[in-house]
Amino acid sequence: MLAYVIRRVLYGGGVVLGVLLFLGVLLFLFLLFFWAVEPEDMALRAIGEKAPPEAIAQWIENHGYDRPLAWNPDDQKDTLLYEHFRSMLTFDFGRSDIDDVEIARRLREGVGPSLSLTVPLLLLGVFFGISLSLFVAYFRDTYIDTVGVTLCVFGMSVSIVIYIIGGQYLIGKLLRWFPISGFDPSPEVMLRFLALPITVALAAGVGESVRFYRTVFLEETNREYVRTARAKGCGDGRVMTRHVLRNSLIPILTQVVMAIPFLFTGSLLLESFFGIPGLGSITVEAIHDNDFSTLRVMVFIGSLAFIVGQILTDLSYALVDPRVRLE
Amino acid sequence: MEGYVLSNCVVAVLLAAGAFVLRRAYQSRLWREAGAAVAQRRPASLGVVLIFVVVALLDAVSWVGPAPEGDTFGVQKPRTLIDRAFPVDWNERSYSAPLARAEFYGGQALAHPRRHLLGTDIIGRDVLHLTLKGARVALLVGGLTTLIVIPLALLFGVSAGFRGGRWDDLVFFLISTLAAMPSLLLLIALIAVLGRGPVQVCVALGVTGWVGLSRLARGETLKLRELDYVRAARALGVSEARILFRHILPNLMHLVIITAVLLFSGLVLSEAVLSWLGIGIDGSWGQMPSSPGSASGSMAPGGR
Repeated sequence: MLAYVIRRVLYGGGVVLGVLLFLGVLLFLFLLFFWAVEPEDMALRAIGEKAPPEAIAQWIENHGYDRPLAWNPDDQKDTLLYEHFRSMLTFDFGRSDIDDVEIARRLREGVGPSLSLTVPLLLLGVFFGISLSLFVAYFRDTYIDTVGVTLCVFGMSVSIVIYIIGGQYLIGKLLRWFPISGFDPSPEVMLRFLALPITVALAAGVGESVRFYRTVFLEETNREYVRTARAKGCGDGRVMTRHVLRNSLIPILTQVVMAIPFLFTGSLLLESFFGIPGLGSITVEAIHDNDFSTLRVMVFIGSLAFIVGQILTDLSYALVDPRVRLE
Repeated sequence: MEGYVLSNCVVAVLLAAGAFVLRRAYQSRLWREAGAAVAQRRPASLGVVLIFVVVALLDAVSWVGPAPEGDTFGVQKPRTLIDRAFPVDWNERSYSAPLARAEFYGGQALAHPRRHLLGTDIIGRDVLHLTLKGARVALLVGGLTTLIVIPLALLFGVSAGFRGGRWDDLVFFLISTLAAMPSLLLLIALIAVLGRGPVQVCVALGVTGWVGLSRLARGETLKLRELDYVRAARALGVSEARILFRHILPNLMHLVIITAVLLFSGLVLSEAVLSWLGIGIDGSWGQMPSSPGSASGSMAPGGR
């Protein structure tokens, strides 16, 4: 297994493509944040429209935006392009444009709350998604199936915005079970704060995943080996869990592994709406403050996680499907 | 020229173009039958009529009329037919339930008891009025962005698939790079750089939205390029441009139509998410639930 992973990482095209994409993303971010926007513009937005010219010049110099863009005949290392790639590749992100806080420190503070929201969300989501869809697939072509799928489509069609508002109103305001928004690092208080966002996000996401998993399961149920298993006398429950579930794992795993990178950046909407001080909230604050350097780092981290997730997906196929290893 | 005069002219041009297209379509048998098929689907045709004809027409043309009664602001603003259907002093002080007689908080009597069909929001604007006005923004977001996405996607996708070689590699790399960035983060970054405003939001949505269609168009072009009739055309000495426009593009139209339809509704929802974060378009449907203290009293990040 380990040998396979190493072989795959070294020789597989996935990693080369991943590195190329990674450099492409960096270049795109450079064009977007340095080439497409004037430093004067950034300064105006950061310190106010009516700032005197000296203050603007001072701000640009302080934040290092006065360097040449990509070509400096005197010192090739003293350009924005070099600095951008250096800071991103060494994870030395520098300071925020707005309040001079170190971005790396802010990221470290934000990761904890983000993960404490998204890890339980992912695990519970997979658990409910798989068990509910197994249930629906087990009762295929009965009215339970029809009702289930109808409910799923209904749930998918409603915007998450409605779930959040509805959840806050119903559970937070009318029933008063959990606080509407907020966060606290101590575990037992944190649970109370996290209960509502997790419930809301589960309710919003479960329809789509159940419908997807159900399709995958149904495709497997019609295969020959399922009929063979039935013919040799396997019970329905055993067929569903041992035969169908195991063989459906590849598409399911793809979805789950692709969701892992988003654990890191957290759910932007959920965090900002439920007042959880994670990475998503940092991003939203950066939008409102026009904090370009923080935004740049957040997009970079999100893309990095996404690319790593794709490579992981590639590898994880071998975990569930022995046939992939032999190729 | 005043802004509203310009927008009226645009509406007039669009109307004339629409009428011309409809007339031409009615002359061809194929389109007449297609129209009849659409008309048979009652909910669909009702939706089209409601959105495009009633709301877009009633809300598209605005003019400065004589000062209406009760206009205490003294400012003459151009108003559309829909604005005229709602009196100027229609606003209340605060949130009220549909058809209520009193305010929700405090219970003070409303100025127009039992007249607000859908109630008012927290700063007293009539919800029905906002809903009707929002349709125009939704059409703008969906329409303008689709107009950006389709040419962009076809230009890159078809040329990459048709020419192949280095250009194909480059375009495919560009597409993969854009796809490797989480779309919401990319949208936020684009709007931060481009600035706030309806056109900027549409451009940002367009930049993130063209990738999917472009990938589809590239794949389909690769397939079409090798088909017998394209080869036959080439053997007959038909020029590259003519092959592209006569033999390949028309065969991509099914992709374009399906994508455009799905894109349109998806874009309206994406705009809602952006409004939610406070970087959307003023007056959109997405802004209504996130406007300061909507019904739930929740704390929208954009509602500051």
